[in-house]
Amino acid sequence: MRRGSTGLSLVSSLAMVFLYGPIFVLVLYSFNAAHLSMAWRGTTLKWYAALWHDEALLAATENSLLIAVISTIGATLLGGLMALGMERMPLRRQQIIEGGLVLPLVIPEVMMGVALMLLFVMLKMPLGLTTVMLGHIVFNIPLVTIMIRTRLRKLDPALREAAADLGANSWQVFRHVTLPLLRPAIWGAVLVAFTVSLDDFLVTFFTAGPGATTLPLKVYSMIKSGVTPEINALSALLLVMSMASVALALHLQRREV
Amino acid sequence: MSSHDLSSSPAPARSSCRSCWLAAPGLLWMGLFFLAPLALVFAISFASRGTYGGIVWELTSANYLDLWHPLYGKILGQSLWYATLTTAICFVLGFPLAYVIARSPARWQPVLLLLVMLPFWTNFLVRTYAWMILLRQDGLANSLLIALGVVDAPLELLYTPTAVVIGLVYGYLPFMVLPLYVAVERLDPLLVEAAWDLYASRWAVFTRVVIPLTMPGIVGGSVLVFIPSLGSFITPDLLGGARSMMIGNLIQHEYLVVRDWPLGSAVSFVLMAIVMAAVALYYRHAARTTGPLEGR
Repeated sequence: MRRGSTGLSLVSSLAMVFLYGPIFVLVLYSFNAAHLSMAWRGTTLKWYAALWHDEALLAATENSLLIAVISTIGATLLGGLMALGMERMPLRRQQIIEGGLVLPLVIPEVMMGVALMLLFVMLKMPLGLTTVMLGHIVFNIPLVTIMIRTRLRKLDPALREAAADLGANSWQVFRHVTLPLLRPAIWGAVLVAFTVSLDDFLVTFFTAGPGATTLPLKVYSMIKSGVTPEINALSALLLVMSMASVALALHLQRREV
Repeated sequence: MSSHDLSSSPAPARSSCRSCWLAAPGLLWMGLFFLAPLALVFAISFASRGTYGGIVWELTSANYLDLWHPLYGKILGQSLWYATLTTAICFVLGFPLAYVIARSPARWQPVLLLLVMLPFWTNFLVRTYAWMILLRQDGLANSLLIALGVVDAPLELLYTPTAVVIGLVYGYLPFMVLPLYVAVERLDPLLVEAAWDLYASRWAVFTRVVIPLTMPGIVGGSVLVFIPSLGSFITPDLLGGARSMMIGNLIQHEYLVVRDWPLGSAVSFVLMAIVMAAVALYYRHAARTTGPLEGR
């Protein structure tokens, strides 16, 4: 690419500014002392301090963490077992299940939300933290299964065969060979499931009911009820948290190699 | 539920694959909380609405016929339009980006790709909210336009279709860049060189060499952007006004506001049908080069 390369670099620089500009502005304004206007009135941390005293916000954070922990444990167990179980299946059946697992990832989240809501209403289950957890496990199982399966496929079968030849039974092979080799992938899956659960808005929106407010639901209602500087601070915190968890996930993946 | 299930689960009748039963709990879960709810939505889309919301189990195709009402047609049409426009803009922005990344030194490529993907991993609500700040009447975008002398008075930017499309492009640009990067990376630079040497114009090199050879990436990226754009809810809800409603908002409206579940279900299935068509397109043309759909 000799000719036209300046044009290309220009457009890609613009695209990068487009990707990071809004995030940067948001974080910057979370330190702005001005209450309503966008004009700069000096640096402050008071919006961050205000977050600590917002009882409803802290309760929402607690709900979010609880849902994320439980649904991550559930999805990692179910998804991990599924990945292990699929390994020995006939190839055709593996492909069918894999195709099915892609479905929850591609269908619009609104649809998944309303479908789950309908099910819970039909089953006469009261909407609340429990129904949110059940729903979060649904969209996390495919993520966990796919991640662990990817790692499982890369394992050298000779390692497990060797253990079996040395007299290990299938549980011992799993416990002392497969599981240690899968560990980085499992932790990666845990991190992804946890982050996705923590960030989820739509499925939660439809399955939460009035009592169970989570952090994203709270952010949504704050945004809807009017722009306040506290949302800027909260948003900046959430941004930093997500980025930190991605960094950690990448670190784990690197160790995997 | 641990691997002890291995020994306690009954042996399958024909095959002797005992470890296959480990998949059973997860499959059961997906059947119960994913397939069953979808089947329920499908069934309800053929039922009628009761007087006070609720459902009356009378088989009817009225809900699908109702969708021909101009109001719904308009929302459906503009959703398709916004999603198409978003896909086109993502291509225009994403192609140069993917090209530059694929042709930069090998050790920089993972870092640059990570930079493109990183915003995607942050909270979607927060990223959309950032645009509300920028596009407000007294926001940075308007201040900038006035300072540059482009406009005299602040423009109405927020709560417009423009804002919705900007938000969608912002949300899904990374999905376009990744498959394009894979495609460009596989494009042999010698082929492009050869076209130059044969005195092809810049446009001819692009349309007759680069585009055909990166087609799987183009289809892949376009589908990955189109699907979530079409089904989006948050972006039009926060950045759009009452006039820039999309299918996702219509579904939410029918379910939670009007409480016409059968109609909401019919809309959901129309949306799902379009999405499935796009997925089929992806598997036919792009999956081999860019891998199975795993992004979210």
